[in-house]
Amino acid sequence: MIDVVMPQMGESIVEGTLTKWLKKPGERVERDEPIFEISTDKVDTEIPSPAAGTLSEILVEEGKTVGINTIVARIDEAGTGAKPKAEEPAAPPPPQVEAPKTPAPPQAEAPKAATPVPAPAEPTPEAPSAAETPADPAGPLSPLVRKLAREHNIDLGRVKGTGAGGRITKYDVEAYVSQVGAQPVAPPVAAPPAPASQPAAPPPVPQPVVSAPPPPPPAPVAAPATPLPPAGVAKTRIEPLSTMRIKIAEHMVMSKRTSPHVTTIHRVDMTKVAKMRERHKGQFQANYGFSLTYLPFVVRASVVALRQFPLLNASLDGNNIVYHNEINIGIAVALENGLIVPVIRAADEKNVLGLQRSVVDLAARARSRQLKPDEVQGGTFSITNFGSFGSLMATPVINQPQVAIMGIGTVDKTPVVIDDAIAIRSICHLSLSFDHRLIDGALADQFMSKAKQVLEGWSEEVL
Amino acid sequence: MDYGKALELQQQLAGERKQGLIPDQLLLLEHPHVITLGRNGHLENLLADDQVLGRAGIAFFPTDRGGDITYHGPGQLVGYPIVDLREWKRDVGAYVRAVEQVIIDTLADYGIAGGRIAGLTGVWVEGRKIAAIGVHISRWVTSHGFALNVATDLSYFQYIVPCGLTRPVTSMAQLGVHATVEEVSRSLAGHFGRVFDCEIVGIPDCVGVGGGVGNGELT
Repeated sequence: MIDVVMPQMGESIVEGTLTKWLKKPGERVERDEPIFEISTDKVDTEIPSPAAGTLSEILVEEGKTVGINTIVARIDEAGTGAKPKAEEPAAPPPPQVEAPKTPAPPQAEAPKAATPVPAPAEPTPEAPSAAETPADPAGPLSPLVRKLAREHNIDLGRVKGTGAGGRITKYDVEAYVSQVGAQPVAPPVAAPPAPASQPAAPPPVPQPVVSAPPPPPPAPVAAPATPLPPAGVAKTRIEPLSTMRIKIAEHMVMSKRTSPHVTTIHRVDMTKVAKMRERHKGQFQANYGFSLTYLPFVVRASVVALRQFPLLNASLDGNNIVYHNEINIGIAVALENGLIVPVIRAADEKNVLGLQRSVVDLAARARSRQLKPDEVQGGTFSITNFGSFGSLMATPVINQPQVAIMGIGTVDKTPVVIDDAIAIRSICHLSLSFDHRLIDGALADQFMSKAKQVLEGWSEEVL
Repeated sequence: MDYGKALELQQQLAGERKQGLIPDQLLLLEHPHVITLGRNGHLENLLADDQVLGRAGIAFFPTDRGGDITYHGPGQLVGYPIVDLREWKRDVGAYVRAVEQVIIDTLADYGIAGGRIAGLTGVWVEGRKIAAIGVHISRWVTSHGFALNVATDLSYFQYIVPCGLTRPVTSMAQLGVHATVEEVSRSLAGHFGRVFDCEIVGIPDCVGVGGGVGNGELT
């Protein structure tokens, strides 16, 4: 047995992430043949096998980061004592002589060994991926479509294209996947021997594509143009996520996984601000052409508090605190099917008028999707105004890599007790979700108290 | 030069380099609009679907380099060093730092203070990324490399989350330096020779926009 170790890729490198096994247990490897890939610091490296033999076991799975010299696999030099799996196609070593040419999985033997082998647990992309066979269904395929097809192990010949000239788009693939992806595609008419465990068996002979726009052969599993379920069983409707939704979903999960969120809620008496707003509303609209809301007041109060407690305006980078000298405030803007957080840069240099102008401008352009990439980046703190939708209070998710986000609830006239008398005041609940790795409750509440103090004792002129 | 063509050229040169048939190479060029995805990249970082990309005239390539997603296009100096690290320092980390140094030195020629951010490979100017790095290594021979924004139209980055990072990008032009890719490539080739302690044999000459800027053979 030969141990395969995580190699040292230089003095400066102490660990590496094993990103991909190019061989599976039981497979034969040649000496110096790439056996796995690692990733260190934006560098992907193929690691050659230290010996010829059979890969007998894999000790470190894909995605794990291990120190150098960690044993990641063992190779049986005898080349026989393989694990249960696949009987080797006898003598000749793997076909791929120069493996690294293409990033395709070098397991061209898969189909051969596919005598009634029980389906390998994971549906890894075996078999020459459909994308590489010249079975171009209808028109040119985008690399994205090819990649998707490869990932889902789909025969593109079965996908109906709805793009220009019957071209297959990403959505067609996604729709197809959501429709049939779950169960292995049992080729209904196709070549008999293929066991069900071999979804992507390429069509025996590449259909010569005549330039006919309608897609190729019999759409087998009632493949309509849209992802409608087969008639009569409409208990669910499946719709692929938009790219933005996917992005948001990933960011939210990442944020919750990254930061232990704690939310603190402060009740703020906005009466003074409300009066100020009431007084200037009309004139403001007349002068500038947009209305005056509560938001710029809260932004302004946050800026003052951020100046006093710069840790709330920081980020964590490993074991370092990164203090941002600029105060760039992200404002969550609801879109029809998602949300985006454009940034008011140098918010500390703006008064209420300037902040209101920025908010109006960014929100309008966010909704018409005209934000420049610059304008959604570089935020150091965020504010979300769910009160405008009627929410009393909520616990927002931190916009990474920031460490805190403030939420604004509705501003309602509320009876409150002041000096043992009941008064009607404009009350708002401000919440702050913060990253407890960096910020403790005491600090968060000091920050909130400061913001509250600014709002309750509002003294800046607006006009 | 078309991305696909450049990829083929790189693979061919890397193959020859592995067999010791040729000395180290440095390809310096400019690509038409293209978005490329690293081997371990996340497709989610592509913010546009292929229809939008098609309309915008942007090609898309999954590749085998390290790193996540990036954009290349006119006004960006792309460098692909094909270097056998066994004859250098046998150190992947040091290689990346050296490539960063070449770019930092080049920027310094134009009065721009580029720097590193720990843990975030690339070259940064005041928290904005000006050059991206993504490398592939097979048998200690490098391919892929770096992309320096000289006068890149940064609006194209809106289609992606560069390298999966939600940090802003910048370019030399945005920083007030108006140089051509050709000029910068000459400066960069000199620094590359110095940092990697080799002599540039073929002096990079320009072949105009969209074409290769030239390539130098290193010994």
